[in-house]
Amino acid sequence: MSRGVLATDKRGIRELGAEEKVGWDEVTQGVALNSFVGENENAAFLKAEERNYNDFSSYTATVASWRIIKPVYNRDVCIDCQNCWVWCPDTSIVSRDKQMLGIDYDHCKGCGVCVEVCPTNPKSLLMFNEASDNDEELANWPAKEKKVK
Amino acid sequence: MAKEFDLNEVEVWDGNYATSQALRQAQIDVVAAYPITPSTPIVEGYGSYVANGYIDGEFVMVESEHAAMSGCIGAAAAGGRVATATSSQGYALMVEVLYQASGMRLPIVLTVANRALASPLNVRGDHSDMYLGRDSGWIQIDAFNAQESYDLALCAFKIGEDHSVRLPVMMHQDGFTTSHKAQNVYPLKDDVAYNFIGDYKPVDEMLDFTRPVTHGAQTEEDWHYEHKAKQHKALMDSRQVIDQVFAEFKELTGREYKRVESYMMDDAEVALVLLGSSVESAVLAAKQIREEEGIKVGVIAPRCFRPFPYDLIRDELDRSSLKAVCCMDKSAPGGAMGALFNEVAAAAYTTDSRPLISNYIYGLGGRDFALDEAKRIMREQKAHADAGHITTNIQQFSGLRGPKLGFYETRRS
Repeated sequence: MSRGVLATDKRGIRELGAEEKVGWDEVTQGVALNSFVGENENAAFLKAEERNYNDFSSYTATVASWRIIKPVYNRDVCIDCQNCWVWCPDTSIVSRDKQMLGIDYDHCKGCGVCVEVCPTNPKSLLMFNEASDNDEELANWPAKEKKVK
Repeated sequence: MAKEFDLNEVEVWDGNYATSQALRQAQIDVVAAYPITPSTPIVEGYGSYVANGYIDGEFVMVESEHAAMSGCIGAAAAGGRVATATSSQGYALMVEVLYQASGMRLPIVLTVANRALASPLNVRGDHSDMYLGRDSGWIQIDAFNAQESYDLALCAFKIGEDHSVRLPVMMHQDGFTTSHKAQNVYPLKDDVAYNFIGDYKPVDEMLDFTRPVTHGAQTEEDWHYEHKAKQHKALMDSRQVIDQVFAEFKELTGREYKRVESYMMDDAEVALVLLGSSVESAVLAAKQIREEEGIKVGVIAPRCFRPFPYDLIRDELDRSSLKAVCCMDKSAPGGAMGALFNEVAAAAYTTDSRPLISNYIYGLGGRDFALDEAKRIMREQKAHADAGHITTNIQQFSGLRGPKLGFYETRRS
């Protein structure tokens, strides 16, 4: 997850050429989009990466191309409070067993809410230009701010 | 379990009550409705069947017709058999959602008691609301009397729910002249009617939790066009299913319906094309004028307004004996020729015979269409036929007070 999908990777449905491949006779009836391939009785009990998502599920598709700035996550400062996980409007914060793992760059739109709600000092999430290098930004992470009395 | 409803072999029902009985026999799961004259008794009837235990269903009272059709869409996407009713202004308010229902391929049945659109406000019957929905992607079937309202409401479910169709269906009847006129109606027994339609077989229903599904997705220029083309193909292909359902209905009841009804067309020299309750008046006038004056008049009535029966209309028009045809539109044409004229003329244009075709606007806001006027129009068509060209304006107005109103003249001589 250190780099993730970037907008410049052009991995959207259009970039993958799906619209070239699927004709009018092949699209689903009534624009009904099944989340999974076949039956998935226990989907609610499976982790997202274990589910058999359909190619047309928004989980499989990427909308990284919508983003112009991105959050970068610093594990060294994070206290796993889950604030960002709760507030993210696109469920793009990946957390397992209450431990923060990083950002789902396939679906993050770069809104910055996670940075806004992060309570640590310095923040564990900061916004950077989409094209910037995550490792470089992590190496230059700001220091703890002293409290001004 | 719903109670059985005692029915006589012959009942005296108006079109609305006949329709509500068909809705009851279809054992609809959900009706979401907002009342409007003249369609109100349809859903009022359904409400009373629910309240009195004659149906295991849900009557959802909503705040508008927009909400009524929205509620129907939700219930249909969830996997239920769904219907509602409306007219006129309510229909107009529903229009946005009509397109959603057809695009989502949900076989909802909308029973419409046709009524004029304001302004001026008018509760009487004309076809303004029916015409308003003609591009909405719904199948539109037209009943000319109360018996047909009952029969075609039953057929509407069977047509729309066929898995090769999966499109919503409107069953139209004329406000007041059909919806409120009591006539002899021969109903089917509850189990016979229900078995004719069959159990509802849902597709991609949201209440199937083993297959989670998204309905009503957004698509832009990359997918929208393909979905609309697929939807149009289903609507065009529904012609075969409509024919099949009508054939099965005839097998069951002896009552025959066709996508285009025609009367006395075999030797007709002139013909009227029209919809709704006026069809019966036109047929009676044609019979009388044949006896009284020897003018060979036939009547063509599209039972199915959408998908437009281009094929069968053309078959009716492609006769060497047929010289002049009058298409009669009961809807204000809004700066054009009437829709029926435009579509019938387009179908006729690809025939060898290419009869003369003229257009009458008539009956707006419930203005009466009487036998004398029908005969006058028939005589006028005969004059066109004898002259070999249209001798009047191409578009005229029937039963209108004041100076004669008409538009355009033919360039054929």
